[in-house]
Amino acid sequence: MKSRKAKVFRPTAFSFPYLAVTLVFVIFPLVLVLVYAFRGEDGTMTFDNFIHVFSEAENLRQLGATLGIAALSTSICLLIAYPVAFILASSPFNKMAILSLLFIIPMWINFMLRIFALQSLLSMIGVNKSYFSAVIGMVYDFFPYMLLPIYTVLSNMDKSYVEASRDLGAGPVKTFTRVTLPLSLPGVISGISMMFMPIFSSYSITKMMGDANTTVIGAKIANLFENQNYGNYGYGSALSFVLLVIVIIVMLIGSFLSSRTNKAPKGGKA
Amino acid sequence: MNKTSSVVSLIVKWFILIVVLTAIYLPLLMIIVYSFSTSQSVGGEYGKFTFTLYSKLFQNEKLLDATKNTLIIGLVSALVATVLGTTASVGIHYMRTKIRSVVDAASQITVVNAEIVTAMGFFLLMIFLRDVIDLPVNFGLTWLIIAHIVITTPYVILTVTPRLKQLNPNLLEASMDLGAGPMRSLITVMLPQLAGAMVSGFALAFTLSLDDFVITNINSFGANIDTISTYVYSGIRKKGIPVEIRALSTIIFVVVLTALIVYNVVKNKKAKENKVN
Repeated sequence: MKSRKAKVFRPTAFSFPYLAVTLVFVIFPLVLVLVYAFRGEDGTMTFDNFIHVFSEAENLRQLGATLGIAALSTSICLLIAYPVAFILASSPFNKMAILSLLFIIPMWINFMLRIFALQSLLSMIGVNKSYFSAVIGMVYDFFPYMLLPIYTVLSNMDKSYVEASRDLGAGPVKTFTRVTLPLSLPGVISGISMMFMPIFSSYSITKMMGDANTTVIGAKIANLFENQNYGNYGYGSALSFVLLVIVIIVMLIGSFLSSRTNKAPKGGKA
Repeated sequence: MNKTSSVVSLIVKWFILIVVLTAIYLPLLMIIVYSFSTSQSVGGEYGKFTFTLYSKLFQNEKLLDATKNTLIIGLVSALVATVLGTTASVGIHYMRTKIRSVVDAASQITVVNAEIVTAMGFFLLMIFLRDVIDLPVNFGLTWLIIAHIVITTPYVILTVTPRLKQLNPNLLEASMDLGAGPMRSLITVMLPQLAGAMVSGFALAFTLSLDDFVITNINSFGANIDTISTYVYSGIRKKGIPVEIRALSTIIFVVVLTALIVYNVVKNKKAKENKVN
């Protein structure tokens, strides 16, 4: 006879501990951010915190600067990572497993220590802390995360597409722009998404590598919370809420782009 | 003619790879070289080859504490995240499609969200628990471990779920129909087949935890506790990083390199053996 309990039990119940954790430690904190963002000092609902965020020119300037440094660093990183991924995925390099491993290894080394190493080297060769060196820091830090998805897509790509294109008379440049590049776009998009948004929070890099004027919006939020002062929580939460909206917008753009690029090869097949 | 152009392109390709590899490893190499010197800065006058920094490292209580904290947080959180993430994957796997897509989306929140917002959420949660509903809790090692569990578990789920999809979906139900309880079915039927994915998930969670800075930094404002990341960061902001950090870095670089190369050699060997069989 089966026990009654075993019959009632459904395998989905295995996820309940995790669901509880997510509810308490992921969803509820976001609700708290919302509550604090819309709460005035007297406890009533107010838009004051948001008015505060948008009335300070400094905030808008910092948001713009963050978008700027994220776009610049991500583009430079992509421009270096793509050719490297392309070479590593092509023969004869694709047979040297250790070679591609060497490019990915930094991923497993504490990023703060890598930034420390890079900063030591730059100051040794006489590069001062500046906007430019902060960008170098970002590129250095995120390089393996940009490289890996592009490399994975390129090395798993069906080589017969390229061969077909060459057989049909397209030159290497045309084959690349019309076949290889479109097919590798999912990897490119995932590489960009591994870098673009995280830069908003990477105030440690701008602080360690940049000059006093180089900063990201994450630094501002961290500062507000560092001075354990209740009055700042509402302001900091409102800023975080704005950041959350940016995250959602960037995500929507990303999923829109990847749904478009996923369609492209299918259309080619038919 | 075709041959020379392919030789040229091969040289150009090697050149690009070597330039990038040099850029990646030169900073690390300089730290290793200068970990055997007492020079105040990397690139300064080298002086004599010495192990002074290594003996200094083992006298720097704060740095040793930070290393210990990093390892404790990493190991405990990765262990719990592996268990939590694996059971979650199994549960989510058996959900109806509609509910599953909602849970999947919820589990990705911390992955796609800006880290600073997640960090702040944890911070506000602690303030809420401590000051609003007056629980006897506070920032500290336990809180950091919890935070790391929460941020690394989704990655374990991402690692285990693909493996789960390859398994026969009727196995768990067959085991339960044959009279094994749900726990026993999970442990004796599912887990052995998921072991490989769980190890990868654990490794991923562990490295993510070691690498974390933002969550740890924001949530240690209220507690006097450091990990390697926050220690180095506060060193740069305050009186400068102590020179013995170069010795610690060297040890970490060497350990990581050795571990990864051994792991890959073993993996390649296994793959070859499987091919022979």
